[in-house]
Amino acid sequence: MKEFQYVIQDPIGLHARPAGLLVKQAGAFQSKVTLTCGGKSADARKLIMLMSLGIKQGMEVTCQIEGEDEDTAAEALEKFFQENL
Amino acid sequence: MEKYIGKSVLKGIAVGRIYWYQKQDYQITKTQISDTDAESSRFKKAVETAKEQLSKLYDEALVNVGEDHAMIFDIHRMMLEDDDYLEAIDSSIQDGINAEYAVEMAQNQFAELFASMDDEYMKARAVDIKDISQRVIRILMGIAEDGIPADDPVILVADDLTPSETIKMDKNKILAFVTLRGSSNSHTAILARSMNLPALVNTSMKPVEDWNGKVGVVDGFNGEFIVDPEQELLDEMIHRKNQWVADLEALEQLRGKENVTGDGRRVEIYANIGNVSDAEAALAADAGGIGLFRSEFLYLGRDSFPTEEEQYNSYKAVLEKMEGKKVIIRTLDIGADKKVDYFNLDEEENPALGYRAIRICLERPEIFITQLRAIYRASAYGKAAIMFPMIVSVAEVRRIKEIVEQVKTDLQAMGYALGEVELGIMVETPAAALISEDLAKEVDFFSIGTNDLTQYTLAVDRQNQKLESTCDTHHPAVLKLIEMTVDNAHKAGIWAGICGELAADTDLTETFLDMGVDELSVSASAILKVRKAVRDISSN
Repeated sequence: MKEFQYVIQDPIGLHARPAGLLVKQAGAFQSKVTLTCGGKSADARKLIMLMSLGIKQGMEVTCQIEGEDEDTAAEALEKFFQENL
Repeated sequence: MEKYIGKSVLKGIAVGRIYWYQKQDYQITKTQISDTDAESSRFKKAVETAKEQLSKLYDEALVNVGEDHAMIFDIHRMMLEDDDYLEAIDSSIQDGINAEYAVEMAQNQFAELFASMDDEYMKARAVDIKDISQRVIRILMGIAEDGIPADDPVILVADDLTPSETIKMDKNKILAFVTLRGSSNSHTAILARSMNLPALVNTSMKPVEDWNGKVGVVDGFNGEFIVDPEQELLDEMIHRKNQWVADLEALEQLRGKENVTGDGRRVEIYANIGNVSDAEAALAADAGGIGLFRSEFLYLGRDSFPTEEEQYNSYKAVLEKMEGKKVIIRTLDIGADKKVDYFNLDEEENPALGYRAIRICLERPEIFITQLRAIYRASAYGKAAIMFPMIVSVAEVRRIKEIVEQVKTDLQAMGYALGEVELGIMVETPAAALISEDLAKEVDFFSIGTNDLTQYTLAVDRQNQKLESTCDTHHPAVLKLIEMTVDNAHKAGIWAGICGELAADTDLTETFLDMGVDELSVSASAILKVRKAVRDISSN
């Protein structure tokens, strides 16, 4: 399992647009991607739950990746967070 | 056969099936399902249809309003792929609940999830859940989007239509409008004119369910709406409709011709547009430019302010489409009469005289600056001009110019290339007309908004049906103010145009040319008609 932390920079937080992009990005890999923030977790492929985490600017999220392609997935997702959030 | 009288807003004839557009308050009832597998597959099929609709909407929006704005349809499509949402519905169906009710239950459950969050943005996502759920429910119930059947275009009969409803209408599905309420200045009327569709407002009718699918005739020449006409009358109307279409085609001969009178006087004829796709219609109608680009469409029909990027994309799209022809963008003209919840405007006794347009912009400069930045950034892609609505004083104009200078300086410091942008004002208050000599020294052009100028000069509410006869658009007081404004513009060496409905009134074309009006901005459908009126003038 791979894991990384990231502090959200985007002023509106994980709003619909980046959440949608994240779902697409996570869906591109075999691995299960789980996002945890403020004691709640959501599968990164499930848009509604992901948005309902209410992730805002300044909050730290933990992203866990587990599966066959976890190395490439973790790298791509970390880059995704840096570029989009 | 039934016959009703209405007020015609466009002289034309339509013959076709009637559709009664009712506000979408369909009732969803809970029923017991025995064949749950069939119900489940009916639901899945509806979801697929919804996703197809959303993909199509996304593609259309991508072309018309740009990727930022289109993204919402992509998000909606993805929400419809969400396992939690789909499973919640399917498990209700497995319990024997009908699909429509199951979707509504899931809608309430998931909307609540967002509505209960403490973040305003996320709270508003409840709307998205509702939107996707209602889309699926409409498909399940066989109600087409917009409430308009998908097959042949129809004569749309309605109580009245709001601006946000009209914005969402698929214009290819409508032959004519007939509304119970509204005046010739209402949104329906303005929309009909811009689409060149026959329309009757303030019609003495009581629509009934039974009308749906019946043949109707809208006679805009005589202000009549006929339901289920007798064969003889129907034949006559079809004949007259063909005549009307032939006349329109004759106007087509004027395409590409100059706007010049018999004695060599010239005038620019521009188009009024209300969104990005209208620009295409304007070009198709041979407009010399855009004399009024209403920016309200960016703000209406949504639940948060449009971002700089979204606005920039829309302005850029129009500027590019117009290929170097002038595009005059009017800044935000919203007030308490247009319902835009996220502006948090108080209810007002007199919205027409209230906190609106430039008054909001100057008090809440962050809204104004976002719009100005977007326009200036887009100005590199064509010939942009900006005009400011509801001006009453020189001080307002000076304050606006300070803000504009700051926006330009900031953008240049950030390395943006900016185009040359003319700055003008709408002359639509008697105050602005009366001090036009002073205002002319501050700006590059005037555009006279005759709708508001008439309403403020004659103290007549233009939405009030009872006052329609008092609302004399040819009133000498209004014409005097127009003449005064044009004179003062020319004295200061700037140009003056007219962008209100009066600009398309061909009874006045000669009067306006005699006054020396430099530009007439009219709905796309009136361009050739006004050109004909100009060319028919022989001598001064």
